[in-house]
Amino acid sequence: MTPIILLDTLLAIILLVLAVVALHSENLRQSIFVFIVFGLVTALVWARLGAPDVALAEAAIGSGIAGALLLAALRDRQPGCEHIEPRPSWQVLTVTYLVIGVGLTASWAFLDAQASRSGPAIGEMVQAELAHSGVSNPVTAVLLNFRAYDTLLELAVLFAALIGVMALGPERSAPQAAGPLVSHFVAWLTPLLILAAGYLLWVGAHAPGGAFQAGALLAAGGIIVRLSGKSGIFPKGAWLRVLAASGYGVFLFVGLAVMAGDNAFLQYPSDWAGSLILLIEIFATLSIAASLLLVYLGGYPNAWMEDKESQHA
Amino acid sequence: MIDLLSIFLIAGGLFFYCAGTVGLLRLPDTLSRLHAVTKADNLGLGLLALGIALQIGDPLSAVKVLLIWLLVLAASAAGGQLIAQHVVEQKEETK
Amino acid sequence: MLDASTLYGLLGIFLASLGLHATILQRDILRRILAINILGVGVFLVFIATAYNGPGVAPDAVPHALVLTGIVVAVAATALALALQRRLEMLRRESDDE
Repeated sequence: MTPIILLDTLLAIILLVLAVVALHSENLRQSIFVFIVFGLVTALVWARLGAPDVALAEAAIGSGIAGALLLAALRDRQPGCEHIEPRPSWQVLTVTYLVIGVGLTASWAFLDAQASRSGPAIGEMVQAELAHSGVSNPVTAVLLNFRAYDTLLELAVLFAALIGVMALGPERSAPQAAGPLVSHFVAWLTPLLILAAGYLLWVGAHAPGGAFQAGALLAAGGIIVRLSGKSGIFPKGAWLRVLAASGYGVFLFVGLAVMAGDNAFLQYPSDWAGSLILLIEIFATLSIAASLLLVYLGGYPNAWMEDKESQHA
Repeated sequence: MIDLLSIFLIAGGLFFYCAGTVGLLRLPDTLSRLHAVTKADNLGLGLLALGIALQIGDPLSAVKVLLIWLLVLAASAAGGQLIAQHVVEQKEETK
Repeated sequence: MLDASTLYGLLGIFLASLGLHATILQRDILRRILAINILGVGVFLVFIATAYNGPGVAPDAVPHALVLTGIVVAVAATALALALQRRLEMLRRESDDE
């Protein structure tokens, strides 16, 4: 056996063990922490499979932001919800057999598809057209040029989720101000995060990176600032919400604006493609950061309601 | 020659990670576990980062790897202090 | 012989099955949200495993972009699900108090 297959088998076993512990542990806190570790090991697997952009996104969004959301939900959980009776065993057995059946069918279909693969067709098409796309990172080219419509709708989904979260209830209670060590650490870390986010945004055109990873870093910076008790630096009033809407808005605007030059919707002219992609990515980064931060704050912000009331008074 | 030094450094880093993990699993209470994890893992990461930095040809990237180690040191210091403060506060509540 | 693509694809199907099993059978909503996320990671593994073309060759970029989109959508859905769960708990507590 070659050493790489040994590494792969080890990673697979680790992922399986982590998944089983996260799903079936008695202690919900342990489940959530193990889920965060699961996300980080998954990021390792993505890096091993030659997907560094996905690895960055998984570590930042799938493990970082999702972990922060789950831990905040754990904190909000009231202690009186321990009314969980286990399901009757006939239900457990039926579902287990059904899921085993589904899994075996899917595995058979997957192995069949692997055996009859006829070479990388779409990958070659992407590489052939890469020169006309305006960027040299194929994943960014696919995300923001070849399949820009999917990314537009993804930003719309994120925005819709934000509207849902804001409609559902008031903001979480703010944490108390943190001690001096954490405050100074956050004060040093936040400019570094902003710098790193800007770098990831810029470098996404020709190396692994891009708008989503940069937006997630900014959102993580915002969450850390919030957790250290200093939410005063966030944009006030409606600005954060305007930022959250601007990603989708600017993308839609660019997509419609290029139609003026006798192109189809979202069909960038070749020599403008790089600049248009950068413009869209800048607003997408700010928008993703604002959306993820607002979704973490959770619900309609209380402070802004008080601002409104004091204006009417 | 450089490869041998790298292997030596990475093995040293792994040893410290194992020591930190054994401490995490076997020590009695949270504060001593915190001590084991932060000290051993920081040193382990430093040796690992040094071993990897030797393997990278480009000196600028090697410096970046060492900067990552410094950042992790600062983060684990802040995090360790937070956990320890929480444990001490909990002890004072239950007295 | 088991190559990396097949190994990770089968692992992905296994993880997705574990996640599906827990989504259906768990009663606690937070654990169900965890299970849906693990189901998602399993599906992404299948995508990226099929996009992998071997050690020296560049992988297919299109499944990478799809999975990137999928990760963001999964977190958005998780956030909405957690907000819904908070609201549900609030309503349940209010109805218990009456």
